[in-house]
Amino acid sequence: MSTTLIPRPPKGEDDHSIDARAVNSKTARALYQKREQIYPKLAHGFFRNLKWAAMIVLLAIYYITPWIRWDRGGASPDQAVLVDFEHRRFYFFFIELWPQEIYYITGLLILASFGIFLSSALFGRVWCGYACPQTVWTDLYIYVERFFEGDRNERMRLDKAPWSLSKLGKKAGKHIVWILIAAATGGAWVFYFGDAPTLFREIFTGQANAVIYLFVGVLTFTTYALAGTMREQVCTYMCPWPRIQAAMTDQDALQVTYRADRGEPRGPHKKNESWEGRGDCIDCNQCVAVCPQGIDIRDGDQLECINCALCIDACDEIMEKVGRPKGLIAYDTHGNVERRERGEKPKWNLIRPRTVLYAVLMVGVGVFMLYGLINRSTLDLNVIRDRSPPFVRLADGSIRNDFSLKLINMAPQTRRLAIEVEGLDGLQILRNGYQIDAEGRVIAEARPDTVDTVRLHIIAPAGTAPGSHDIEFTIHDMETGEEAESASAFLAGNAR
Amino acid sequence: MANERERDAHSGTETTGHEWDGLKELDTPLPRWWLYIFYASIVASIVYWVLMPAWPLVNGYTHGILNQSDRRNVAVEVQALQTARTPMFERLATADVAAINADPQLQEFARAAGESVFGDYCRTCHGAGGVGAPGYPVLADDVWIWGGTMADIEHTIRVGIRSTHPETRMSAMPAFGRDGILTPAQVGDVSEYVISISAANSRLHADAAAAARGATVFQEQCAACHGATGAGDRAVGAPSLTDDVWLYGNSREEIRRQVELGRGGVMPTWEARFDPGTIRALAYYVHEMGGGEPDAPPAPAATQPTAADASVAPAQSTNAGGGATR
Repeated sequence: MSTTLIPRPPKGEDDHSIDARAVNSKTARALYQKREQIYPKLAHGFFRNLKWAAMIVLLAIYYITPWIRWDRGGASPDQAVLVDFEHRRFYFFFIELWPQEIYYITGLLILASFGIFLSSALFGRVWCGYACPQTVWTDLYIYVERFFEGDRNERMRLDKAPWSLSKLGKKAGKHIVWILIAAATGGAWVFYFGDAPTLFREIFTGQANAVIYLFVGVLTFTTYALAGTMREQVCTYMCPWPRIQAAMTDQDALQVTYRADRGEPRGPHKKNESWEGRGDCIDCNQCVAVCPQGIDIRDGDQLECINCALCIDACDEIMEKVGRPKGLIAYDTHGNVERRERGEKPKWNLIRPRTVLYAVLMVGVGVFMLYGLINRSTLDLNVIRDRSPPFVRLADGSIRNDFSLKLINMAPQTRRLAIEVEGLDGLQILRNGYQIDAEGRVIAEARPDTVDTVRLHIIAPAGTAPGSHDIEFTIHDMETGEEAESASAFLAGNAR
Repeated sequence: MANERERDAHSGTETTGHEWDGLKELDTPLPRWWLYIFYASIVASIVYWVLMPAWPLVNGYTHGILNQSDRRNVAVEVQALQTARTPMFERLATADVAAINADPQLQEFARAAGESVFGDYCRTCHGAGGVGAPGYPVLADDVWIWGGTMADIEHTIRVGIRSTHPETRMSAMPAFGRDGILTPAQVGDVSEYVISISAANSRLHADAAAAARGATVFQEQCAACHGATGAGDRAVGAPSLTDDVWLYGNSREEIRRQVELGRGGVMPTWEARFDPGTIRALAYYVHEMGGGEPDAPPAPAATQPTAADASVAPAQSTNAGGGATR
């Protein structure tokens, strides 16, 4: 497929070709070969602009989110998004989660998984191409590189040139800005785990916890290394997604595709020459030059390809110049490529069993989570029975069991709770230390946003049948009527 | 020796120069990332030797310029912890049950400190949670030999029972059978009588004739301490015989053996071991196990519990059958 059928004439004015080699193409790179630097050329066009826009929006979300304030009242923090490890809380705008509600995070991960399955089934690796942090930061780093060292050819020249003051200045400038960006990336990350304005002040006055500096340092290093020096190697060697990819796409998924049916046979083309008997590809290698992954899209699907669509922009620009229709490289499906080869009309199958299934699962999980969040109880009860002694025989022959009740109050106000126990005739709550209401219920105060422990002694009268009896504790909010139950067991001893 | 090693034509990599049954091995260089980490580790280990204790010497070891010592760090931390706890222990030392219960912070502290000390020093005999064992009273129940108010418990902890403390709580039941004070027949009779007046009668069913004979012996030999009705007397540490809670076991044989041997255990004095705050925390923890009695209202020192006061029945704490022996 990659054979050039038309001999290359001497370079002329109308030659749009660029001397570019796909360093990562299967034929060019041996397995043990040292990595070759890729110098992606700046592309212009719709997809490049889309990527700029995606980058700005995503970076803005990343950097601004921890600074959004959200008043929750009481002693709760006023940061909209906060993972509070110290107090074991997770805040997301109006949502507050406790550690035991980690299943919401599971739900979120399931949503994310199906989301990425769905987007892959529909549009191929859009995540890789536009939204993946590796892509976004690499793009940003290449932007900086280009700012200091110029575009592809200048950068290649600079790297070959002997060391000079100007080269040193350019390289130093680039690395300094890279490190600053990396530090800002690591710096912003820690803001998600503490009060951002406080942390910000502490970090710069040297008062922050050593762990904070450690995390900023580690993330600075990883950002610098991954986006600055490793780049496409992360996608090719470290990320599992390109492997999973194969299972997620099919005949009808959109992929950045070189339409070989239209392009071949490829070869240089002189102005005013006829397009008869040849393909539209003029073998200018622009698609290779802009590729940040170092591949030639004309070799077909490759695991290195992140579907960033920059080659589409590069090719469209050339097609316009040579007066051929755009879209020689375009988002297309395998199915359509085959249909065209058979002379059939292309078909877009967005609605297919798998996309419907993914969408239904996403909606299902989403609705389930939403239902859970809306009906989330702010009151919960855990009962822990004392294991030693399992029961105590009292002087009058009655039997006592001891319990620790964990009153979980997730509401921001103090609540008065009535505690009841049922399940065995004549059960009595030992009264020492606790207030008891007219109905014999223990009244306990549960502090806001806290787990309070109440230790209760429950006594069953003499003559209670030996063995284990199921009992149930109920806590009842005396103002709102909200209830929570927890089952436990009463051990009435053995026969003697 | 040839300086130039053989190169594999296909991969261009040097071989190791050996051949095994026609197989040659490539000498593929180590991955560079691995090599760099290896070198970095060597550098780091040298830095570590300089900074931290590293090499054993004949006498001692190299201290390193940071002079790091985990042992010293722990000592400092323990010291700091003790300093931080001191004010709480001081507050505890002067607080009664009501004051402790009124202050959640103090209550939590007393409970935690009490539980910790109990676990270290008391649990060996009395069991986790005061579950007790034969000869070691259950502390979780409401049966007390020497009294179950906070003050009583604290005093017991302080002076111990049959301990070396000059004011120790002391009681001694004669070994009626072993020492020949009573004949074996009399021991049997009085045991039947004790069963007949206790709540254990409903399950052990005392022999009426023997119990009738034993009644006289009981009034002569036992009533002085255990009281005419067998209700016991906390002032002298005589357990109640009316309930179904027995220190040395609840079977007919064990009850009889106790009359025969008059066993009594020893609890050490803890006064010299713990500061008043710790003893108060310990007493509070035991008191809160479930059987603690409310403090008696201020009364003349001579006041003694009477058998008629059922709610504070002088009692004998024992291994209560089920829970402790399983």
